[in-house]
Amino acid sequence: MALMRLTSPHAHGPMSTQRVMQYVLLATVPGIIVLTHFFGFGTLVNILWGCVVAIACESFALKLRGRPLGFYLKDCSALVTAFLLCIALPPYSPWWLIAVGIASSILLAKQLYGGLGYNPFNPAMAGYVILLISFPVQMTTWAPPLGAGGEVPGLWQALQACFTPGQYDAVTMATPLDVLKQNNSLLIEDLWQQNPQFGTFAGLGWEWANVAFLAGGAWLLYQRIFTWHAPVAMLASLSLLAAIFYDGGSSASGGSPLFHLFSGATMFGAFFIVTDPVTSAVSLRGRLIYGALIGVLVYLIRVRGNYPDAVAFAVLIMNFAAPFIDYYTQPRTYGHSDKRGEK
Amino acid sequence: MRKTFTFHGGIHPPENKHQSVRTPIADAGIPPELIIPLSQHIGAPAGVVVEIGQHVLKGQMIAEAQGFVSVPKHAPTSGTIHAIEDRLIAHPSGHLAPCIVIVPDGKDEWIECKGTPHYETVDKVKLIGLIRDAGVAGMGGAGFPSSVKLSVKAGTHIETLIINGTECEPYITADDALMRERAEQIIEGAKILRYIIGPQETLIGVEDNKPEGIAALRAAAQGTGIEVVDFPTKYPSGGEKQLIEILTGKQVPSGGLPSQVGVVCQNIGSTVAIYEAVVHGRPLISRVTTVTGNAVREPQNFQVLLGTPMRYLLEKAGYQPEKNRRMIMGGPMMGFTVPDIDVPIVKTTNCLLAPTEAELPTPPPAQACIRCGMCAEACPASLLPQQLFWFAQGKEFEKLEEHNLFDCIECGACSYACPSNIPLVQYYRASKAEILQQRRDHEKAEASRIRFESRQQRLEQAEAEKEAKRAARKKAAEQRAQSAGTDTGEDPIQAAIARAQAKKAAQQGAGDEQSELEKLEKTVVSAQKRLDTATTKLEQAKAEGSDFVEALQTGVEKTRTKLAAAEQALTAYQQSHNQAAAEQDAPPVDAAKAAIEKAMAKRQAEAAMSPLEKAQSDLAKLQQRLQKTEEKLAQSKANGDEEKVIVALESTVVRLSEKISATQQTLQAAEDA
Repeated sequence: MALMRLTSPHAHGPMSTQRVMQYVLLATVPGIIVLTHFFGFGTLVNILWGCVVAIACESFALKLRGRPLGFYLKDCSALVTAFLLCIALPPYSPWWLIAVGIASSILLAKQLYGGLGYNPFNPAMAGYVILLISFPVQMTTWAPPLGAGGEVPGLWQALQACFTPGQYDAVTMATPLDVLKQNNSLLIEDLWQQNPQFGTFAGLGWEWANVAFLAGGAWLLYQRIFTWHAPVAMLASLSLLAAIFYDGGSSASGGSPLFHLFSGATMFGAFFIVTDPVTSAVSLRGRLIYGALIGVLVYLIRVRGNYPDAVAFAVLIMNFAAPFIDYYTQPRTYGHSDKRGEK
Repeated sequence: MRKTFTFHGGIHPPENKHQSVRTPIADAGIPPELIIPLSQHIGAPAGVVVEIGQHVLKGQMIAEAQGFVSVPKHAPTSGTIHAIEDRLIAHPSGHLAPCIVIVPDGKDEWIECKGTPHYETVDKVKLIGLIRDAGVAGMGGAGFPSSVKLSVKAGTHIETLIINGTECEPYITADDALMRERAEQIIEGAKILRYIIGPQETLIGVEDNKPEGIAALRAAAQGTGIEVVDFPTKYPSGGEKQLIEILTGKQVPSGGLPSQVGVVCQNIGSTVAIYEAVVHGRPLISRVTTVTGNAVREPQNFQVLLGTPMRYLLEKAGYQPEKNRRMIMGGPMMGFTVPDIDVPIVKTTNCLLAPTEAELPTPPPAQACIRCGMCAEACPASLLPQQLFWFAQGKEFEKLEEHNLFDCIECGACSYACPSNIPLVQYYRASKAEILQQRRDHEKAEASRIRFESRQQRLEQAEAEKEAKRAARKKAAEQRAQSAGTDTGEDPIQAAIARAQAKKAAQQGAGDEQSELEKLEKTVVSAQKRLDTATTKLEQAKAEGSDFVEALQTGVEKTRTKLAAAEQALTAYQQSHNQAAAEQDAPPVDAAKAAIEKAMAKRQAEAAMSPLEKAQSDLAKLQQRLQKTEEKLAQSKANGDEEKVIVALESTVVRLSEKISATQQTLQAAEDA
């Protein structure tokens, strides 16, 4: 038998793209559990249906492009997109909303650009924004959390809400970020007491969902799936701006840093969206800048913009800027005195 | 404890070193045949100095160094030169190369070796010569001649001498075994190197995964001033540049040599070889090689003669070919696969790795790059491997160079870390090769261009010189003429020349026919005159009764014949000329009528033209016009004419261009038709 001829290196590390994706999926589990606990089975049903649509869309696109299905499906990237988008969608979304969102994510934002690795925009966030702009009503109604009065729907009701949307009238309630945004007369403290949406240190339910996503993100960080730079920079800039404009909790306050850190999609965005390697800056310094600017945008849109939450817009805007940031943050190569390719 | 530094990136692959250090270094013995490639180092191959059939002793030189960056080869044992021919060698390309084949006689008889134990009394240059003559080349991997590394440029201040005992590649334990068993020789070798180079400090750098080796070295180094420095294990600490950064905190400038930051590095194996060469006078004829991997039953280190076929050595270690799909020379990170196990062990063979498929699986097909940046985290040169990969795929060579592709040391850390199994290093190697080829081509083209341009310049210069000389001559002549004119009013010679020239010009200017006629007429006239004078003189002489009458008579006769001849010639000429003129004048020609006829003919011709021909001629005319207009435009632009003019011209150009395209369409249509 002839000997094989291969070039070095012959050894390969244990990491694989499939494993990276599976780790990300696994890391979302605590957050999904907390969301399900506080808001019922809506998110879970979203995810299940989303995964089905995602696999179908991915297979369809791969078939059109003449690519082997098995090889590309097994990288699990379609599932990650489905998970991330469905977590971001309001629970009890109708089936068609989810389908349109997933199809936009997979077909438009990902496969049209050449599939995994070639998409300039985060597919989940692109899908989210398409939905948010097209169906603002469905996208801005969120179920009330456990403990804010009313029953949390069960699995059957969740399925009904998803697949027979006309027959199920979901109870909805403004999110804490909404409430804060609409506030124009109350001190933060009073606002807190008068609205059932607020919890111990942020939104009721939301605060623990954020803690759970933080835990999942920390685990990914520990597994070296991504570096700390982008998420930490985002959280830092967001807290800094919140601290500067907290205004002692006056009626014009933008909310406390703690409130911003643990409200809405902050932690989810920081550890699951901002860290998307394909669409973020690549150098470490670049990731710091990328993350920090997302934090700034999130704060600005939350407090000054038209939408209560802003992670999707902030991420998409910075996706545009990532190549530009990369251009200016090329690291200094060994043996070079300057950064820009000079010796 | 000495402060150590760290370098960016690095990885921690499974070390797999314990398998091969359980037993001491074994002697591999003498194989039935030794194959010694003439080139086992970087630089010019050695030149053969033996003949087929010649008997050689162990340590006898069989090929000599050729050039500065080259080292000689020696017979690893006594025996007969069996052949000097091309054999398959251990090279990634699997090509054949000239080798000397020795059949050992089994006596292992040494040639007389004269050692220099008291090297401190010997000149340093002579010691470097000894090392070179012993054929010592870097035994870590690249095989750079040690003597070249030691010949530091005069005036370079070397602060640190580093003996590289890092051995960061997984599986390999050849240096570790040397440290454990021959620490004294290493320290002696280091002392020789220290004497030659004269650094402020001498360090031996070892990764902390070799505690036994470190302990042995420390014991041997006691009191010598040589410091054994250990540091955390991380691949690729053993890279020369990385080790220098770890031990000194300095970075070797890109494209530069370690000596530029005051450092010289030598490998452990080379240090032992240098000790042998200087103290015992023995050339480099054997080395320690690790034979390991799960496809050998007894992984261990061997003292093996250079030129030993790999097959022989593998069999000593219990090679199981059925388990082995690829044979790697070197380690799993930077080693290369050999085409066949009959290739010989050379100076750079630090390891033979025979892995099973389970141990080093065949790489799966590459997936898409997800830009995760794990490669950038692993890169010891702080490059952006994923960007390089992108550019390499698109063959964007300028971008590649801008992103410092050539600072890549091909350590393989990026490929190791890549979750998508992209063979990054392979892309970089290929791109480097292509860029180098382009540079060579470019240099060639550049050289040709310069050659051509300098030739043009030479020719122009010669022409200019000639012109200058001509001008100088003319000026000198004018000056002479002027000075002559002021003295006498007119230079007779110049005047004569001028007259002659004027006459010639007049003749030429009058036209050939005219001058011919005139000449003939003149001849007739002058002959008439002479005849008249002669006749007068004859009559006078007759009247005076002179003696010359007879002579004059003949003269008159002669003159008369000449006159007759001249008259005849003139008549003949006039006749022929008149005839020609008459012929020419025969058809009555009206210029205006002719022009009209010509124009009409042209019109008819045009009418007779096929649409294709017409379109073609139209196109040609239009293009001519366009060209003219464009020239005008350029001119008026250059002259800085009024904007109005330029605008007008520009619009004309546009119009003409439109017409041309219309005509082209017509032409196209005609052609299609």
